[in-house]
Amino acid sequence: MVRVENDLQGEILELSFGPQHPATHGTLQIVMELDGEKVLNVEPHIGFLHTGFEKLAEHMSYNQFVTVTDRMNYLSPLSNNIGFSLAAEKLFGIEIPKRGQYIRVLMSELSRIADHLVSIGTAAMDLGAMTVFLYGFREREKLYDLFEWATGARLTTSYTRVGGLMADLPEDFPDAVLKWVKQFPKTIDEIEKLLNHNRIFQDRTYNIGVISKEDVIKYSLTGPVARASGINYDMRKDLPYSSYEDFEFEVPVGENGDAFDRYLVRMEEMRQSLGIVKQVLANLPDGDVNIDPDSKLTLPGKDEVYTTIEGLIHHFEVTMENRGILPPVGEIYMGTESPNGELGFYIVSNGKREPYRVRIRPPSFINYTIFKKLMKGAMFSDIVSNLGSLNIIAGELDR
Amino acid sequence: MLTDIAIIITKIMIVIGGTFTAVAYLILAERKVAGFVQERYGPNRVGIWGLLQPIADGVKTMLKEDITPAKANRIIYHLAPAMVLAPALVTFAVVPFGSGIDAFGRHIAFQIADINIGILFIFAITSIGVYGVVLGGWSSNNKYSLLGGVRSSAQMISYELALGLSVVGILLLTGSLRLNDIVEAQIGMWNVFRQPVAFMIFLVAVFAETNRLPFDLAESEQELIAGYHIEYSGFKYSMFMLGEYSNIITASALIVTLFFGGWTVPFIDVTKLGHLGAFLSVVSFAVKTGFFLFLYLWVRWTLPRFRYDQLMHLGWKILLPLALLNLLFTAAWITYV
Repeated sequence: MVRVENDLQGEILELSFGPQHPATHGTLQIVMELDGEKVLNVEPHIGFLHTGFEKLAEHMSYNQFVTVTDRMNYLSPLSNNIGFSLAAEKLFGIEIPKRGQYIRVLMSELSRIADHLVSIGTAAMDLGAMTVFLYGFREREKLYDLFEWATGARLTTSYTRVGGLMADLPEDFPDAVLKWVKQFPKTIDEIEKLLNHNRIFQDRTYNIGVISKEDVIKYSLTGPVARASGINYDMRKDLPYSSYEDFEFEVPVGENGDAFDRYLVRMEEMRQSLGIVKQVLANLPDGDVNIDPDSKLTLPGKDEVYTTIEGLIHHFEVTMENRGILPPVGEIYMGTESPNGELGFYIVSNGKREPYRVRIRPPSFINYTIFKKLMKGAMFSDIVSNLGSLNIIAGELDR
Repeated sequence: MLTDIAIIITKIMIVIGGTFTAVAYLILAERKVAGFVQERYGPNRVGIWGLLQPIADGVKTMLKEDITPAKANRIIYHLAPAMVLAPALVTFAVVPFGSGIDAFGRHIAFQIADINIGILFIFAITSIGVYGVVLGGWSSNNKYSLLGGVRSSAQMISYELALGLSVVGILLLTGSLRLNDIVEAQIGMWNVFRQPVAFMIFLVAVFAETNRLPFDLAESEQELIAGYHIEYSGFKYSMFMLGEYSNIITASALIVTLFFGGWTVPFIDVTKLGHLGAFLSVVSFAVKTGFFLFLYLWVRWTLPRFRYDQLMHLGWKILLPLALLNLLFTAAWITYV
């Protein structure tokens, strides 16, 4: 017997996916080895959107750095603002009034919905269902109008300050949000009708990119990605911050950990977020949003600044470069549940106006670590199912 | 003799002109339907309701720079767009688009060539279309376009089988390959009611043949960016688009001809109504074709895209056996009932 070597094996195609590619939704590069349509190996490269956020923090006061956090996850800037300010407040050892906390909850839930709309929309669009994307964007547009009204900007919101917020909500704002909340479930239903029972969508997401419970813990994945794999971990429930313990909501948990479950978890989270938004609006307390200016951490009222010398001095004491608000010496870690998972800030302070070091734990970056494992042996087209369902934000990959 | 040539040239001009106009407005319709489905406006700046948009688009693509990649295989690269467009246009030659009129002392059929192997001709010509796609993808010397070309060749070949087999049932019922015979056999009873399974197979396969969503793997703008025509620009890119949309029109016309009675009008015998009947038959054909064109657009903006292996699975393991069973059943029916 003569053994015949299988000489039909073709060449291995090395394909560079990105850094400029429509499905990466940002700038990231994935170098793939393809055998026909089968992916043999992928090598994710990051560093194309390096901005030096962490280094920048060392030259900025705590309030100034809020503006930088806007740019980190450009799908939910408000969550970043709130996350960083909460961390800074923990360092300063202060807690803001209830009204401020409730408004922060309101804003972070609204931005969670905005983030999920884009993440589901782009995931579906990458599979070819472009209409879902535009349905999502239609609603996100309305949300961004609301954000603009409250914060003055659509994307670069910079809404929070150490010890409170930039400003209280506009007078009619809660009613406008309520109006939006009433009509929004229609869009969720529309998206579900388009996708949930769609055989092609099911084929493209069922058992694609399955992450086991063990892997979630091994790779320390968080957020919807972890919950889709059956890990019931939500910072809002497990380590409540900003009065999350006052609200009732459920944490949706998936079973299979595939792309479809990640989609389902995100859909259900939007519904739960709506519930939280309703509760916030119903129970919004009166009072200040900022801590007492006598603490010398927040700005005094403008009437005081313009009419009294003490007020003016106070204003300058807080804002001027050689003065500023000074934290105690020490280091803290504060994690919040951002739409993509645990967004953590580790701040080391040496008592100066600027932090000594800020380390950011971005959810996308940690979630991206499992991507290589998911893609090994998958089909070429699965790359978009996986990228979309992990919701990789390139701005968070490089800090 | 001279009249005959004049008549044929007129018919060719009408069909080509009609197809090009239809393609231009189909692209506009696609964008309008997309706008309608997605709750936005679609093009509405050029002309009333955006009606001059096709002209603006045409001028734009002609004025754009025509880029040839440095390492492309030049001859094939330049030839590929034509190889997509030409078969798409030629196919329409055998499709009867009306009952015909009596003029100049002879019967003028509304069809360029009434050949007795009409269906075979169509399958033969549409198969050539795949060469344009494959060679275009290969000659661009780009990995993405190569993948697109390879995908489309596999896809078109796989679905052609199901496509061909689904039609054989109709051939058995009609006993002729001539499209006019098939149309006339449907007076009173459309083939879609006689051969519903064949219709479903044909519909799916024809979507795959025309590379449209949910089967647009060759282009799949998300993974492959634009697939086989990624390197093409200017009017060559336009020719790919013209080819794609002409294919859609031809495919819709074929669905109508084979399954929905072609130019016949339900409950009216147009052949006895003279010129009015001829007019009615053309309108009937256009309306039916228009419906399937809309179906194409409707599906595109609703469904996601298949994956390569799922597409192959559907083609070989579901559609092909189904088509064979249907054929067997039809043959048994004709023989024993």
